[in-house]
Amino acid sequence: METIVFSTLNGVLYGLLLFMLSSGLTLIFSMMGVLNFAHASFYMLGAYFAYAIGATTGFWAAMLLAPILVAGVGALVERYGLRNVHRHGHVAELLFTFGIAFLIEEIVKLIWGRNPVPYSPPAVLQQPLFTLWGTQYPSFRVFMMIVAVLMFITLWLMLKKTRIGLIVQAALTHPHMVGHLGHNVPLVFMGVFAVGCGMAALAGVIGGALLVTDPAMALTLGPIVFVVVVVGGMGSLGGAFVASILIGLIQTFAVAVDASLSDLLARFGVMVSNRSDLGRITLAQVAPMLPFLLLVLVLIFRPRGLMGARES
Amino acid sequence: MLEVSGLNAYYGKSHILQGVDIHVDAGEVVSLIGRNGVGRSTTVKAIMGEVPPHGRVRFKGRDIAGLPSHRIARLGIGYVPEHRDIFPDLTVRQNLMLGMKDAKKEGRWTIQGSLDMFPNLAARADSPAGVLSGGEKQMLTMCRTMMGDPDLVMIDEPTEGLAPLIVRQVGELISEIARRGVAILLVEQKLSIALDISHRVYVMGHGRIVFEGTPAELKANETVRKEWLEV
Repeated sequence: METIVFSTLNGVLYGLLLFMLSSGLTLIFSMMGVLNFAHASFYMLGAYFAYAIGATTGFWAAMLLAPILVAGVGALVERYGLRNVHRHGHVAELLFTFGIAFLIEEIVKLIWGRNPVPYSPPAVLQQPLFTLWGTQYPSFRVFMMIVAVLMFITLWLMLKKTRIGLIVQAALTHPHMVGHLGHNVPLVFMGVFAVGCGMAALAGVIGGALLVTDPAMALTLGPIVFVVVVVGGMGSLGGAFVASILIGLIQTFAVAVDASLSDLLARFGVMVSNRSDLGRITLAQVAPMLPFLLLVLVLIFRPRGLMGARES
Repeated sequence: MLEVSGLNAYYGKSHILQGVDIHVDAGEVVSLIGRNGVGRSTTVKAIMGEVPPHGRVRFKGRDIAGLPSHRIARLGIGYVPEHRDIFPDLTVRQNLMLGMKDAKKEGRWTIQGSLDMFPNLAARADSPAGVLSGGEKQMLTMCRTMMGDPDLVMIDEPTEGLAPLIVRQVGELISEIARRGVAILLVEQKLSIALDISHRVYVMGHGRIVFEGTPAELKANETVRKEWLEV
């Protein structure tokens, strides 16, 4: 029971972190048709910017400033990079974002070094919020859930209730027609790209403090965010949400469950010695593999994802 | 108001428009007719900047060839493309709202006016536009473009695939647009509605204009009709 409750909490938490990234990525993908490989790099920038700014202003101001700064960087990348590369097709765009991802990683290493930086949540959020079965649950984790949920509500209200949101929704499917009606579609693209990067950065401000802030953090999370977008269905916000939570839960439960392959096979009547190489593998060890297994299976059996509108 | 001269356009290596010359004056209704694949749609797409134009396109005395399409739209050209590109996830009312270039700025056309004109649209005003029938989508696309209060509207194949009753409704809407002083460039394959409502007609063949005149002149000219229009 204890394991189930905590694994669910942590799974949802991890899922929400994934959704903070995948929501922006899927918006950018549906609108411009470009899979932004650098998306997780903006997540990393968010963490580093918050660390650097927070040293002088404190955590709270940094939490506001870092995403705005990263959104600005995103706007510049779109305006002066992606928009020019766009003419040469999707392969060029993909390679461009690939290059940007490595550039950002190298720049981060140059400035802040290869080792993790001591970036942690403020003291007030480090106290435990409640205790269950003798295990304390940190308040920062709950804070993170609140921030994520608030971000989604804001995003949803902006998309559904504002005029600019309507223009964005229309441009998701019919960018040319939106342009013919007199709306500046390139500007809308830049805005969406910037907002997507800003949301990733906000995830970084929190994720960096929760997990670890080092130059590898983009590469650790990036591929999983891609899995989320593909599994959820390219261009579907709802699908991205379901897939984020699903993958968050799968990963935390797999780590929490203490079972080995031999136990599993034994249930089906196959006896493998616990000491053999294969039999020793535990579910926790398989956990990092599960999202990618899901990715491969989804691409084979349901290429449009859980809720995707179009074939990818 | 719109002057196009020596307009060329290409799809890859194929030379689609080979020096098109047309003009539309303020308040005039002009039709561009011809068989499939002669470049009628490409002409309006090139004017709108959706296909790169080579040549001269002037609107209200300004050079507009090669401008981004939102700039062209803001200068006062409306465009109703042939595929009835409604925004399927947005409601009928939201579709009309996006026709306005700026919020709360209604011109000769209003959301309420459009809904009053078409009771079928009014009945579904708050449903997703994706559920509309083909004819209703056509009305919505045209009304949506008119919400931007253009001075010239280019309408591409508005009656394609529609039942005769709906075709008549489309014709009435086009007449209403003309009555409110908006110039129209109508791209059509069917002669009937084009000849009924136009002041002037261009016939296109093989990427060029092969005839220009009044509907009466076209009716009288059997050679042009035989060679370029009749199947």
